Amino acid sequence: MGYDSLMAAAIECRGLRKTYDGKVEAVRGLDLEIQAGECFGLLGPNGAGKTTTIEILEGLLAPTAGQVTLLGRTWQKHARDLRELLGISLQETRFSEKLSVRETLDLFASFYRQPRAAAEIMQELELTEKADSWVGKLSGGQKQRLAVATALVGNPQILFLDEPTTGLDPQSRRQLWEIVRGFQRRGGTVLLTTHYMDEAERLCDRIAIVDHGQIIAQGTPAQLIAHIGGNHVVEFATSGGDGAHNQELWRMLPGVDSVHEDDGMLLLNVREPHQTIPALLAAVENQGAQLVHLTTRQASLEDVFVHLTGRHLRED
Amino acid sequence: MPGLTRWARDENQMHTVKPTDAEAQVQGANMEPMPLRSSRPRLNGRWAGYTHLLLARMRELKREPEVIFWVFVFPLLLALGLGIAFRNKPADVAPVAVVSGPGAQHALELLQASPHHGAIHADMLTDEQALKGFRLGMYALVIEPKADGSFQYRYDPARPESVLALDQIDDALQTAAGRRNALATSAKISSEPGARYIDFLIPGLLGMNVMNAAMWGIGFALVEMRQRKLLKRYLATPMRRSDFLLALTSSRLVLMLVEVGLLLGFGVLVFRMRVLGSLASILLVGTVGALSFAGIGLLTACRAEKIESVSGLINLVMLPMWVFSGVFFSYERFPAAVQPFIKALPLTALNDALRATILEGAPITAQGERILIMAIWGGISFILALRWFRWV
Repeated sequence: MGYDSLMAAAIECRGLRKTYDGKVEAVRGLDLEIQAGECFGLLGPNGAGKTTTIEILEGLLAPTAGQVTLLGRTWQKHARDLRELLGISLQETRFSEKLSVRETLDLFASFYRQPRAAAEIMQELELTEKADSWVGKLSGGQKQRLAVATALVGNPQILFLDEPTTGLDPQSRRQLWEIVRGFQRRGGTVLLTTHYMDEAERLCDRIAIVDHGQIIAQGTPAQLIAHIGGNHVVEFATSGGDGAHNQELWRMLPGVDSVHEDDGMLLLNVREPHQTIPALLAAVENQGAQLVHLTTRQASLEDVFVHLTGRHLRED
Repeated sequence: MPGLTRWARDENQMHTVKPTDAEAQVQGANMEPMPLRSSRPRLNGRWAGYTHLLLARMRELKREPEVIFWVFVFPLLLALGLGIAFRNKPADVAPVAVVSGPGAQHALELLQASPHHGAIHADMLTDEQALKGFRLGMYALVIEPKADGSFQYRYDPARPESVLALDQIDDALQTAAGRRNALATSAKISSEPGARYIDFLIPGLLGMNVMNAAMWGIGFALVEMRQRKLLKRYLATPMRRSDFLLALTSSRLVLMLVEVGLLLGFGVLVFRMRVLGSLASILLVGTVGALSFAGIGLLTACRAEKIESVSGLINLVMLPMWVFSGVFFSYERFPAAVQPFIKALPLTALNDALRATILEGAPITAQGERILIMAIWGGISFILALRWFRWV
């Protein structure tokens, strides 16, 4: 059976636009093609249009313009079929507090023609212990797992997760990542939104960076990091001397791909830090300046975002 | 019901059936095959969603102590309290105050000597105490003996008991002083159960409760679910929207059945109320009323996004009916000009229909107009609600 590239993509959209009240443009021409079995991440700051995009794909919002195809079906013609094939976890759902975990899952299972057993899902998501606890008594991580459980109970082929780990402690986040990986291992397709770089980097096969309703970069995490040139970042600050802010000067150092300034700090994207750093130290000395800060680290998606937009993902 | 969603997974079948091309199954070399949709039998029947929604709603209600109190206990307490406060006393005793001074003792003796002395309770008080007691409603009338031997009555024409006491006391005093009746008359007691205040009250409470329960239980509950994004989450499943609304309405019908049983049972056991109509026609009237208010509740909640705003709307809808629809007192007291408006209200129709059925044993066929009024309110509201309904 194997992978067949001629098959329809699991998720495909073309020229997606959404304008609220005729003026606010939340999504401004967005194209996506996500293959079955992929875990795809929409990464971007708050208000970038991620939730609007995912809710259009989920058939909960009508786009102002553009086409959406999921598993070869469209919302106009196959809404009922698609609902059976998708599992959705919204950014914020508060389930009935006075129903137990098992009752909530049984309720959601009852909507599908061929659901999975609540007991099986609870075991998979480590909710068995809480099966008879009221939802109101669950911790944040357990509530989030229940939200994903209600998405999985219909035995979906595509799982949509909108900010699945926002507000969770590190352990709960890792637990959720494992759940997502497990679903993917069984052949499921995942589309998630996040504003956590580490989440996108560790969990997603491919990422689209979204800003102001448009995709500004797309690829595997490694490709995106390579795109900014160099996978290391040298961050430094100097005092005294002149020309410290002359970016062209630093750009000329060996191994430097790009330079930008951020919060009084100069950031160099470099391929070979061991070549760049001695040259950097020499250049500082030549200017009669003093180095007050110097660090090097691996480049992250955060750097990609800063490189592309000049802003941080989590600012404002 | 949980049995509907529990089953043994048939692992073997999964590998044997080919996927349909539309389903875009992907099975990479290192992946376990995805369970194939078509290989597994349909596990949930047409009504599984409805049944589970209704069950979940009933469970939630059962686990909400406030709901139990407001829906079941509160109307009983109200019936008990009002039933006792306005119970029919054997004969109304007229409380009167006699202002002390010369002549007061004579007034008391005359009252004592009158044939109606059993129906009069007289206290001798100072001028100040008597007036205070009268003002506070403890006395219906004050007798002030005058220096010339006559009596002056102080009464309030706006207080019915005061007007009654005026006639009663004057008659008692005049008779005791020797007045003879010019015309021979007699009276016969005729007191039917069914004409007491509690008999009037219980069907009214029933109607009010059907309205309250539907407005809060549907209107408020819906907006709360909308605010929690739970409606949106349901929408993201294959759940049928009609099943959802039907389950919500059904839960009100179940509560209505319990409520009718409780209130009527309470009336019969505690107040020896006589229920003349058949239980079937009472339940039928209750059902029409509950459905009508379910429609109105749905309309009230169709757009509101915040529970605060829907609470205001619900009160706005219900307040006129509490006042005008004859829950606690007959709407005949309102001016004739507003009677057609009052009779067009759904709660008036429900209360009138319940009273006619319970107290007079009127057949359902004689209630056509009232049922029509409820059906029109409910039907139009329901159609508008569906048109304007905001799921997300």
